[in-house]
Amino acid sequence: MSGALIAVEAATRRFGGFVALDRVSLSVAPGERLGLIGPNGSGKTTLIDCIAGAQFADSGRVLFDSRDVTRLPAHRRARLGIARSFQIPRPFAGMTVLENVSVPLEYAAGLRGRGRVARAAREVLGLVGLADRANDGAGALTQVDMRKLELARALAARPRALIVDEAMAGLAHAEVDDILDILRRFNDDGIAVVMIEHIMRAVMGFSERVAVLDAGRLIAEGSPEATMRHPDVERAYLGE
Amino acid sequence: MRTRLFFGGAAATVVAGYAATWAVGNEYYLYAGYTVLQYVALATAWNLLGGYAGYVNFGAAGFFAAGTYAAVALEKATGWPLPALLPAAAAVGGLLGLGAGYLTLRLRGVYFAIATLALAIVLETTMANWDYVGGAAGAFVVRPREAPLFASYIAWLFWLMLVIAVFSVCVARTVETSRLGRGLGAIRGDERAAESAGVPTLRLKLIATTLSGALMALAGAPLVYYTSYVDPPSAFNLEYAVNAVAMPMIGGTMTWAGPVVGAVLLGALQQAATVTVSSELNLLIVGAVLIAFVIAAPEGIVGLARRLLARRR
Repeated sequence: MSGALIAVEAATRRFGGFVALDRVSLSVAPGERLGLIGPNGSGKTTLIDCIAGAQFADSGRVLFDSRDVTRLPAHRRARLGIARSFQIPRPFAGMTVLENVSVPLEYAAGLRGRGRVARAAREVLGLVGLADRANDGAGALTQVDMRKLELARALAARPRALIVDEAMAGLAHAEVDDILDILRRFNDDGIAVVMIEHIMRAVMGFSERVAVLDAGRLIAEGSPEATMRHPDVERAYLGE
Repeated sequence: MRTRLFFGGAAATVVAGYAATWAVGNEYYLYAGYTVLQYVALATAWNLLGGYAGYVNFGAAGFFAAGTYAAVALEKATGWPLPALLPAAAAVGGLLGLGAGYLTLRLRGVYFAIATLALAIVLETTMANWDYVGGAAGAFVVRPREAPLFASYIAWLFWLMLVIAVFSVCVARTVETSRLGRGLGAIRGDERAAESAGVPTLRLKLIATTLSGALMALAGAPLVYYTSYVDPPSAFNLEYAVNAVAMPMIGGTMTWAGPVVGAVLLGALQQAATVTVSSELNLLIVGAVLIAFVIAAPEGIVGLARRLLARRR
């Protein structure tokens, strides 16, 4: 498919005899909002690991902006414009919130100069509502602030595609709306967002298109409403 | 501004150290001072990888002794004076660090620590069987009686070690305040997240092991001139490995000042104990102080001081 920002072509990933991803093909258009859903253990995180470079696909290809990145290490992909947030927040403990955001600005976005980096970092923290925590230690943040820091760090990499892995799990209703707001604003700036989420209200409201994984296979893909009515999806979620 | 102040202070320390060698009447203080400064250099070198990047290296004695033996071998082969041996010793330590890093950095946590310990043992066995540098019997170097421009040869050695220690601290501070330092900090915080923030983790870790190894070897290079005799058990002494880990932990691993403070305090305490009680007490002291700090101030003296200052404000 031409014009796709991310194109996964028949990606397969095995762990011994277990097939975590079975010839999955999926593409994401520039600026698109894609929801990725599926039961636990269906291969969602493995798929985004293969896209972001934390794991490599055993066969098949991953293209980013028509460039083959299947075997490229994660830090190179981050520089090309693939950012991700982690399911369990992974702050750089021992650094302040501001320093946490400075790392991707310096390394992934290639910004130089202390003053410039600090200004850009404050700007990013402002966008996610963490401006007043800039000098706090990253380890001392609340759960929701830690999720925001994950997003801030991903945004600071100046990505063209942002992959968020369950950024809202365990958050209260209002906090979920907070995070959704932030993601919508990122998307308004032209960043494609791939969202893995179990909170149906969030993923259905946010996504333009939904893809469903089950046992390592892509079983359905389409508009949120149509996808949820798909018989295979009902079976995957509710059983026979 | 702060950078200029720091390097000004470093230069002043070197000059003041030279003046001190003339002012000090009792040579014992120069001998003791040499040992303390050697630990400043070793602890600072260890902290580049262990503190900034969070990779605990238990093989400091191996890198340190590699410097000693590089100097011994090169001196024997060429007859060069000590200052000319230093860059070569640093190069050997750096290469060793690079190679060891390449082989072991895929290991995390305790596995990396075990691998570095094993490296030191392999090196010690190799030296014990290398007859050119004396093998198990050890090697002698005939130390010149005097050094030009200095009151005595030990005054020169003391000052040389001061220069090495100050140089190491300058390297550490430069790393700490640079983009490299922030990348290493990200690795210490969370390696996977660092990678996805665009940090080339393997390359940065290799730079850190190379620098750390080079500086450790540099600290070890003059050893044979200090003792005039080395054998594998003395050069690869466990005390070096333990102190290299304990001193930054006690002083604080997050800044260049931590290893300096830890090495000066613990090193001076050990020297005092050696004279007043027994040199056998050294490791016991390290153990006791380390346990006290792990319980009372896990962030080290520098971290503790910062916290107290922040609270007062």
